[in-house]
Amino acid sequence: MNPFSYTRSGTLENAVTEIARDRRAKFIAGGTNLIDLMKENVTRPSRLIDINHLSLNKIEETDNGGLRIGALVTNSDVAYHPQITRRYPLLASAILAGASHQLRNMATTGGNLLQRTRCSYFYDITTACNKREPGTGCSAINGFNRMHAILGASEECIATHPSDMCVALMVLDAVVQVTSNRGARAIPFAEFHRLPGDAPQIDTNLQPDEIITSVDLPGEGFAGNHSYLKVRDRASYAFALVSVAAALTLEGGVIKEARIALGGVAHKPWRNAEAEALLKGKPAGQDNFRKAAEALLSGARGFGHNNFKIELAKRAIPRALKQAAAGTPQSQTIKKVL
Amino acid sequence: MNNKSGVETAGNVSTSLPPKSWITLKINGAERHLEIAPWTILLDALRNLLDLTGTKKGCDHGQCGACTVLIDGKPINSCLTLAIMHDGAEVTTIEGIAKGDALHPVQQAFIEHDAFQCGYCTPGQICSAVGLLNAGKLRTPDDIRELMSGNICRCGAYPNIVAAIEQAMQSEGSAAQ
Repeated sequence: MNPFSYTRSGTLENAVTEIARDRRAKFIAGGTNLIDLMKENVTRPSRLIDINHLSLNKIEETDNGGLRIGALVTNSDVAYHPQITRRYPLLASAILAGASHQLRNMATTGGNLLQRTRCSYFYDITTACNKREPGTGCSAINGFNRMHAILGASEECIATHPSDMCVALMVLDAVVQVTSNRGARAIPFAEFHRLPGDAPQIDTNLQPDEIITSVDLPGEGFAGNHSYLKVRDRASYAFALVSVAAALTLEGGVIKEARIALGGVAHKPWRNAEAEALLKGKPAGQDNFRKAAEALLSGARGFGHNNFKIELAKRAIPRALKQAAAGTPQSQTIKKVL
Repeated sequence: MNNKSGVETAGNVSTSLPPKSWITLKINGAERHLEIAPWTILLDALRNLLDLTGTKKGCDHGQCGACTVLIDGKPINSCLTLAIMHDGAEVTTIEGIAKGDALHPVQQAFIEHDAFQCGYCTPGQICSAVGLLNAGKLRTPDDIRELMSGNICRCGAYPNIVAAIEQAMQSEGSAAQ
């Protein structure tokens, strides 16, 4: 790790002023990803601005009947919060599907959104990587790419976003509140992360001088019919090969609304409005679920080692929708997939 | 790095190092004052500056759990956090889990169930389990298996680890602590 200086911000105003005048500085909150990247010399900030003492650690009701999760609320505190478990169990489930309890005790809501890819070439500074060093090439595209993207990738980068929490936030149509010296703005979750295109070094649409202040959940939490199904190499404490967040509104066995997001398959949580529209007004059954899965995977492309993920996703999606329709969401404790 | 002379580069680096600062940690009940650099990892501060070598360095990347300690009662990976971020915090390491000569019920259960072979992961396993029990997060053996997954045991002592924690979970003493 390279030497860096350390300052602590006590107010939001101070934090955004400090980040605006020092582009080589970085905010640190939980630090679970940033410290790791610094140990590997992937990230080399000249200064860390500790934001843990900002007042962004509450979960509060919003005026429109939703919940506001402060950016500094830890993953554990979100997952076990009574309002989250009652009204947004899909979010609690996705969080508990990721990392370990020690990491969830440290990792924050804002930091989860900003975690970098776990592509092993991104982490290995001796290899070419367009995300780490733009213009050097992508080692994964012709390398070991079992964990890599099957949707939305580019010739420049086939990395995936590793978060489970973000897949649930995508389905819930969360809104990311951010602020800077230039003012505050709200970013719809679907627009927060970006596809790699020809600038894979940029993960999100958050500007360098902005800070996340909260993630807001709308009133509708799909508490009745939801499931988070994560398929991985071992049953706990591993990143997703494919994960599916499914949420349904049903009326007598007919689907009024369906939402599906995929994790582990792209540079951002993956949703497809056309696939969801296919289910609207249709009976909640396997044939329709399979059609939606085919639509979601349209345009999918494997890169060799990860070809199997296409079929895996096509099978995981109907399974998650079946669990959601039956009101029997996947348990994150008992790993049998029903 | 722009400097072509290695000597001058080294000189620049040594004169421009950010300063150390003093912090206070309440470790296992006792206040300890430390002068540390910003980049000193909590795990290294515990082991190298405070001689608390019970906390182990395994992977050093948050993947194995050997470095687990409690901060303000919550288990965390001490390898992934800076000591300077915890000025004023209460840190409990494996050295602070027993009450004097009286072992914590989790420690006693690990002995009774032979829940280790080489013992390297054991301090982290015990701190992790104590934190989970104190927070009331363990109710069933399935909870133990899932929530202890951040503590890897290369010897594969898992069945005995689960049995030991299950015994501690069922003893009222530890649940009430």
